[in-house]
Amino acid sequence: MTPVDVDLADLGLDEGGHLPVARALARGGAVRVRGDAPTLAVDLPAWCRARGCAIARAGDAWLIEPSAADRWRGAERAGAIDAAVDHPPARWGLAARGALVEAGAPALDLPLADKDAVWADEAARLYAQAAAAQWDPATAIPWDAPAEHPAEVEDAVVQVMTYLIENETAALLVPTRFLGKLHPHFREVMQLLAIQIADEARHVEVFTRRATLRRGALGLSTAGGQASLASLFAEPDFAIASFLLSVLGEGSFLALLWFLRDHAPDACTRAVATLAAQDEARHVAFGLAHLGRHCAHDPSLRDRLAAAIERRHAALAHTSGLNAEVFDALVLLAAGGWTSAALRRGHAAVVALATTMDDGRRQRLVRLGFAPERAAALSGLHTRNFM
Amino acid sequence: MRDLILGAVAYDAKVVPIWDGFLAHFRAHGVPFDYVLYSNYERQVAAHLRGDVDVAWNSPLAWLQAQHAAAAAGRRAQAVAMRDTDRDLTSVILVRADRGPATIADLRGRRIGVGAGDSPQATLIPLGELAEAGVEVVPVRHDVLVGKHGDHVGGERDAVKALLAGEVDAACVIDGNRLAFAREGLLAPGAVRVVHQTAPYDHCNMTVLDDGHPAIARFVEVLLAMSYDDPAVRPLLDLEGLTRWLPGRTSGYAALERAVTRDGSLAAWLTTIGPR
Ligand SMILES: [Fe+2]
Ligand SMILES: [Fe+2]
Repeated sequence: MTPVDVDLADLGLDEGGHLPVARALARGGAVRVRGDAPTLAVDLPAWCRARGCAIARAGDAWLIEPSAADRWRGAERAGAIDAAVDHPPARWGLAARGALVEAGAPALDLPLADKDAVWADEAARLYAQAAAAQWDPATAIPWDAPAEHPAEVEDAVVQVMTYLIENETAALLVPTRFLGKLHPHFREVMQLLAIQIADEARHVEVFTRRATLRRGALGLSTAGGQASLASLFAEPDFAIASFLLSVLGEGSFLALLWFLRDHAPDACTRAVATLAAQDEARHVAFGLAHLGRHCAHDPSLRDRLAAAIERRHAALAHTSGLNAEVFDALVLLAAGGWTSAALRRGHAAVVALATTMDDGRRQRLVRLGFAPERAAALSGLHTRNFM
Repeated sequence: MRDLILGAVAYDAKVVPIWDGFLAHFRAHGVPFDYVLYSNYERQVAAHLRGDVDVAWNSPLAWLQAQHAAAAAGRRAQAVAMRDTDRDLTSVILVRADRGPATIADLRGRRIGVGAGDSPQATLIPLGELAEAGVEVVPVRHDVLVGKHGDHVGGERDAVKALLAGEVDAACVIDGNRLAFAREGLLAPGAVRVVHQTAPYDHCNMTVLDDGHPAIARFVEVLLAMSYDDPAVRPLLDLEGLTRWLPGRTSGYAALERAVTRDGSLAAWLTTIGPR
């Protein structure tokens, strides 16, 4: 094979001249290099030595043999750009899906690496939707809107916001723990979880800001409420955690946020509830999508999910469920005042809320393939804390 | 069998992961291997002669020290392996392109920035060639980590900085470091000229003494078989700066030997290690 000729002319190896040489060597054969950069005679042999390439003077040129050392021997593609594999190996690590990965890269601890457990074909679409629907709390919410409701209704708003912040914090931290374990090969799922977490950060922000609009102190946090959220926090299984958090918890929350949208005493509270509900709908949709796929591939998952609801119900049996403070605050918030007629209306609305939540949970359980009677029974066992 | 112990000099923090990696590799291949780190080559050579270590990963100057000290004790040192990158290095004497001496003779009486006082590549060999050419110069040392025989590149970098700052008229570096400093942005293209390039010389080797450990043959065999194609080995070779191990050779140390004989430093050091 005749050597490939490279004429560097006056281009030095200290100003990019190694690129044409490396490109020629990559063809696999010998390369004859000419050039008249002043330090080429020093630089070229040194460059070759560091790469394990033999070099010899050949008349007015240098003859270079490619190195036997090839960093890319044994390298493998990390799947295809637009199709995730079922079981990406840990050695693909952080490499972009579809990249050529050098052998010997460190194997990262990424235990969530089973496509059946995490994947939803809808993830890319939901991510794009979420990215397009990001809203700016500073401009999207009428913080200065007038409020004419009584002081105690404002106190009720503050109590509800305090409760929401606590629950949003759980909704932020639970997926965060799984995100850190997810194999990034499932790029769309990673992106969707990340933006979902950002949604929750914004919810924490706007609820905090609404709570402190007219008050210098927040409301109450109860042991029962925290016990309910702690049981989500402790769940190590991604499928079970998303089932309890996204399908049942955030599903119920969706109804609560609509309730606040419909009954809030002021435009600001209406806006924060409306915008948060839009985001929550996506969170629920992803939970349903990946669990639906997972159940289809592994029907025994349904029994594990059902068992998880029952286990959680038993664990929370000693707690009081939705605390009286939140219940009463919701009644007063919906009533908007202290007249008997208002209180009666508010109370009826909160009772109806529980029915709406139950309806929604049953529908979602049926979508996951539970028989209607089983769905009804399981929905009834859901935590009375809503989330 | 007791462990075969290798001595190496800790010239950089990366030395620990390098030899930990080699340790795992050698043990996996049936060599009862361990290593000991020294802060300087002189202590390592003395330890080698005492029998504290069986193989020494020696700088070229440490090789000469070991060879001469062994000979003085009626023993024989042998270079059993070296990196492909240890063969046929050159050093260059750089001057500023916009001014500065045009030929090696013009360096007479000038201030020459060199590396650490015990660096073969950045000090001893280039100064030795100038002396052999009858060019007397004023060496300005950049002593980064003396005792490590210039393994740390800091001395050469400082010499180049001094050249660019006009504090010296020339600077001595290994040929490849000129390119490395260009990549770092320290040397702009065309900023310096090469006024002299030394004859090729060899760098480090794995040194053993004649009454060596029984596992040395196996050690050399496993070492030479290390392949860049092996993803478990490649990071170690990358860290140590080679693509393959080669058998040792001792033909590339003559210029350094003349230099340290001429300046008397080798003989002076040998008096410190004699039998006592
Ligand atoms: Fe939320
Ligand atoms: Fe959410």
